[in-house]
Amino acid sequence: MKYSKDQTQALLLKIENSLKSYLLKNNIEKPIIIGVHTGGVWIADWLQKRLGYEGRAATLNISFYRDDFSKVGVNPTVEPTEMPVSVDDKHIILVDDVLFTGRTTRAAINEIFDFGRPLSVTLVVLVERNGNELPISADITGEKLELDNNKNIKLLGPDPMILEVVDKDN
Amino acid sequence: MSENIEIGLDQNIKQSDIVSQKHLRHFLDIENLPKSLILDILDLAESFAGVSGQPVKKVPLLRGKTIVNLFFEASTRTRTTFELAAKRLSADFLNINMDYSATRKGETLLDTLRNLEAMHCDMFIVRHPSSGAAEFISKNVSQNISIINAGDGRHAHPTQAMLDIFTIRKYFPDFKKIKVAIVGDILHSRVARSLMHALRILEVPDIRVIGPKTLLPNGVEHMGVTSYVDMDEGIKGCDVVIMLRLQNERMNSSFIPDEHEYYNLYGFSPKRLDLISKKGIVMHPGPVNRGVEISSEVADGDRSVILQQVSNGIAVRMAILSLSMQP
Repeated sequence: MKYSKDQTQALLLKIENSLKSYLLKNNIEKPIIIGVHTGGVWIADWLQKRLGYEGRAATLNISFYRDDFSKVGVNPTVEPTEMPVSVDDKHIILVDDVLFTGRTTRAAINEIFDFGRPLSVTLVVLVERNGNELPISADITGEKLELDNNKNIKLLGPDPMILEVVDKDN
Repeated sequence: MSENIEIGLDQNIKQSDIVSQKHLRHFLDIENLPKSLILDILDLAESFAGVSGQPVKKVPLLRGKTIVNLFFEASTRTRTTFELAAKRLSADFLNINMDYSATRKGETLLDTLRNLEAMHCDMFIVRHPSSGAAEFISKNVSQNISIINAGDGRHAHPTQAMLDIFTIRKYFPDFKKIKVAIVGDILHSRVARSLMHALRILEVPDIRVIGPKTLLPNGVEHMGVTSYVDMDEGIKGCDVVIMLRLQNERMNSSFIPDEHEYYNLYGFSPKRLDLISKKGIVMHPGPVNRGVEISSEVADGDRSVILQQVSNGIAVRMAILSLSMQP
């Protein structure tokens, strides 16, 4: 099943608006937006523009922080982590496409803390699906989704960004 | 007088280090690696390069693994960069100087290995003065232990060759368009041998070896390189010139008249910089003998990437360690 471009766009606008009110409500003026490779980076870059911030969002590749290296190893073609500014005493907006088990988020938070001590970390995801294995939930979510165990949801992109539900074997 | 060294030495050493096109088990030599795997190692090293610039210079990838440096021969750069690479991957790390270990007290190498296995180590990084030593050890350790060759006799020094091509790629991304010269004691150099294999696999169209006849192996042309005895002619128009040290400790007879004469004929003097290509770089695996194979002016000059090679060595070794530890 594929979302249409417009459906995906509506979810993106929803998280944009929620994030704007969240930042206002919490008096956060200059957060650092960080996207998790690969889908999270597309959304983070999009949010960066929509919020009127200059430059591109920071990026995280959590490959070296995964908890399943001894099971699956490391993918040689990993995109680099790019953290152009210090995270010390900054509010972090961590962006990913899908929150599933919570393990990627756990790894991403660990990696962020290797760059310094942020004031806060807020998690923004386009889709939060069932199957959480850790006490991690998103602060801002485009949509919550119940999917069968044999299904995956992934983001195609970057232009246009389109969500797609696929069989796990694919 | 030339020693009787056959370039075909490598052929007797069958590589058992590739599990699949994507995985390593041991890292013993370059000559049988597929090009795709070499490029994978370079790409992964690129990602690891950023770790050294982080405030916390560590990633938790190899947490809980134990890696042992098993060095039977002196080394500074290789030993320390392997140690840093392992530590930046969060592995536990032991340095065993075999000169002072129990082998001195009569324990055989195999007994030493058994003891290290009993301590549940996961990887041995081996440097040894005999060609084929790393391969021998890889065949005599239990299945779950990976062996990395950190230099065996005159045979191979594959991680050095990997960091050299990583450094070259930073300046010349397209291997198919460059001219590379290796200058000096080719005969005794495991670095040269591994480099020639790596450059050939990466389809470098013009690979040259330059040195006095006594220091060029018989039949070196069979490795797909052109040999030159005249340095000026050999380095002309080259994009990369890799200088090698005279390995006096491996010479059992006189190969060159004297060091001064050697410098005049094969030393990289500042005026020779005019001969290489405009953007050409000068490399050296170290240790550098200033005034013998290279002048200080060139070694410390802006065309020299010698210290970048050292930094790159950490990232490249991180990539090789983690790919060899894959399940």
